[in-house]
Amino acid sequence: MTALLEVNGISKSFRGLQAVSNASFTLQEGSIGALIGPNGAGKTTIFNMIAGVLRPDAGTIVFQSRPIQGLRPDQVCLAGIGRTFQLVKPFAGLTVLENVMVGAFLRERSPTRARTLALQTLARLELDGKAALPASALTLPDRKRLEVARALATRPKLLLLDEVMAGLRPTETDQMVQALRELHRASGTTILLIEHVMRAVMALADHVGVLHQGQVIARGTPGEIVRHPAVLACYLGEETEV
Amino acid sequence: MSADLIANVVIAGVLTGLVYGLMALGLSVIFGVVRVVNFAHGEMMTVAMYAATVLFAGLGLGLDPFLAIIPVGAAFFVFGYALQWVVINPFVTRPEHAQFMLLVAVAIILVNALLAIFGPDARGVQTDYQLDSLAMGGILIDKTRLYAAGVALATALGLLVFFKKTRVGTAIRACADNHLGALIVGLHVRRLYALTFGIGAVCVAVAGCAMVALVDVTPSAGPAFTLLAFVIVIVGGLGSMAGALLGGVLIGVSEALAGLLVAPSAKSMFSFGLLIVVLLLRPRGLLGRKT
Amino acid sequence: MTRSGRALALIGALLVALPAFAGTYALSVATLILWFAYAGQAWNVMMGFAGQLSLGHALYVGVAGYVAGGLFVHHGVPPVVGLPVAMIACTLGGLAIGSLAFRFGISGVYLALLTIAFAEFTRIGFDHLAWTGGPGGMFLKVGRHGAWDLLNFRGPPIMYYYAALILAALALALCARLSRSRVGFYWRAIREDEEAAKALGINVFRWKLGAVALSAAMTSVAGVFSAFYYNSLFPEQVFGIHRSIEIILGPIIGGVGTLFGPILGAAALTLLSDGITESFAALGWEISGIKQVSYGVVLLRVVMFLPRGIWPALARRLRL
Repeated sequence: MTALLEVNGISKSFRGLQAVSNASFTLQEGSIGALIGPNGAGKTTIFNMIAGVLRPDAGTIVFQSRPIQGLRPDQVCLAGIGRTFQLVKPFAGLTVLENVMVGAFLRERSPTRARTLALQTLARLELDGKAALPASALTLPDRKRLEVARALATRPKLLLLDEVMAGLRPTETDQMVQALRELHRASGTTILLIEHVMRAVMALADHVGVLHQGQVIARGTPGEIVRHPAVLACYLGEETEV
Repeated sequence: MSADLIANVVIAGVLTGLVYGLMALGLSVIFGVVRVVNFAHGEMMTVAMYAATVLFAGLGLGLDPFLAIIPVGAAFFVFGYALQWVVINPFVTRPEHAQFMLLVAVAIILVNALLAIFGPDARGVQTDYQLDSLAMGGILIDKTRLYAAGVALATALGLLVFFKKTRVGTAIRACADNHLGALIVGLHVRRLYALTFGIGAVCVAVAGCAMVALVDVTPSAGPAFTLLAFVIVIVGGLGSMAGALLGGVLIGVSEALAGLLVAPSAKSMFSFGLLIVVLLLRPRGLLGRKT
Repeated sequence: MTRSGRALALIGALLVALPAFAGTYALSVATLILWFAYAGQAWNVMMGFAGQLSLGHALYVGVAGYVAGGLFVHHGVPPVVGLPVAMIACTLGGLAIGSLAFRFGISGVYLALLTIAFAEFTRIGFDHLAWTGGPGGMFLKVGRHGAWDLLNFRGPPIMYYYAALILAALALALCARLSRSRVGFYWRAIREDEEAAKALGINVFRWKLGAVALSAAMTSVAGVFSAFYYNSLFPEQVFGIHRSIEIILGPIIGGVGTLFGPILGAAALTLLSDGITESFAALGWEISGIKQVSYGVVLLRVVMFLPRGIWPALARRLRL
């Protein structure tokens, strides 16, 4: 079975600094994958290359058997990949519902249908009660949910979550993990996470890739990863948030 | 068209350009530090010019415009400081169109106050040495123009020393580079902003007094000066003092040449064309820093 | 009908009936207000919706006026034909400026300055063109005032009033429709956060360009109206930066990005200006410029104390 997402030997350097070098991994449809590694390991750079914000210097990114490297971010979204931002970017002047409607309009042209889709998506993240609130009035955990809901409204086949647990307290993290688990179970959307919070990674991911200094140093299930010597040496041994 | 004629025109352009450059320097300092778009800059210049005429002829004082720099400069410093502290400060974080409107309102008030006080006719300053000139070969340099340029250059150099060597100057530059960092470090940003606006106003005051020795002034001269200042700042490069002077000289020369070779009324067209090209191709200008 | 719907219907009825009880002067003031309401709404499409600040909108007013006016004066082309030509010219102009600006990543203050530069460049250019009559101006033949000649846009003041009313009403309806549609949502998303918008599948470049084009096209209609209403065009008046400022005063005072802001602002400013003129005349103060100073002071106070414009505050008060 061909993987939903195939990252083949991508590299990226910035003014002489090699951020990512020859990274490869695949993601099967319906699974949840995670990319972990210390700061500066290149996770966000890989993310941005998949999302179309950056163009790889070398290598290919194949999504649903179609090469997508070098496409614009909006083209990537149209192809079926939704993403969230590490520092959440709500449309502050719009309500919660309107925020999600912007996402919904990608697949539904009519305002009424977009509204319906938006409300449904909000319900899946338990935000429908706050639909009429201005987005600027939400707490951080809710903003994170809004961010996910908005991306979800574009009906993606693959959802990229950029450190969605960052800044959340342990209870909030557990709640977010629950929500994502539910989401995944109900819709089967493939998810790729970048995460520091190991608690979330252990709870969610089927497969984990570990990055260090721009290279993939280990791949496997969460259980295999936490016992992997190279990973322990450079990452888990030094800084772990569990 | 003789070489001498062209040389004369170019030199006149350079000298006038230095005065423009000082005016633009004021804008660059304000825009670069306080990050406010001072659309009343040209109107402030006009007020300075009128102030110089009043001190010269109006009150029977007969004060030479170059000496009027001192009282006018002092008054403008106070005005600029107060304007920033009281009126403009809350707008520093507001969107551009709001800042623009605020300063347009200030400009409207200034222009029409001038109109009400002085009437619409042009006013100028007729000094004794007005028609004197220095001759060097076939080149004739207006003494007035030379003094104007000299004053502008001296002021600019003084500012350069202030910003590079004094503590306050360095603090102001810190604010420009990193607002939040400056606050964290404990700099009194509001006061520094007011100081900066005051300094920008002084530049305008000096440039105005110098300019009125060269051209007459009408109440409606403001907008043209404002736009000119923006063209110079962008062409020369935001945040660069040398850039403002260089930009001023470039614009002064190109306007002078365009006036000679094309038509006097079309000279601004070149400046705007240049602005468009610079904005598109090299927005940081000739000497500006890359942000 | 909702509360605001009732209020709107009432105002609409009043406006339609206005010529029945207003004198010639009042009618001309009302026409002016409606013109600024329309032009302001057109500008609001670009700024209030898509968040792109244009300070050179007089460019479109001028180009449209000169194109339709010039065709009329030099070739006898009636404005009913001249209007679409002018709209196309302005739309193309807007697209050109927009593509250049957005391709090179120009935004904010720099975009505003770019628009000023284009307007000024054109103004000086038109000052030197023979076809446009140069600084001396272009004059359109005035028709007989009695008959309503729609094709040539000539007639009594009441005709111009209704034309302006229809334009303002259409603009309002269009913007209301847009704000509820996908277009409006996408523009507002772009205004709020371009990066986030891109991540949701929005081709930001194309949509910004659309806002610029629509705004230019709408503004061009105001330009043609103005040319055939005043029957004279001077580059200084028509392209000047004060004209650009006049156009945006209404929406900014009334409330950028709101539907009723431009109209409210236009009304408030015109009435204020007239009110000041009247009271000064009554007091016997004839000093030129004093009136504008007070105008500027009021403007200053509104800008300082009502940052989001008059409309949001008013709407809250009236609970609309």
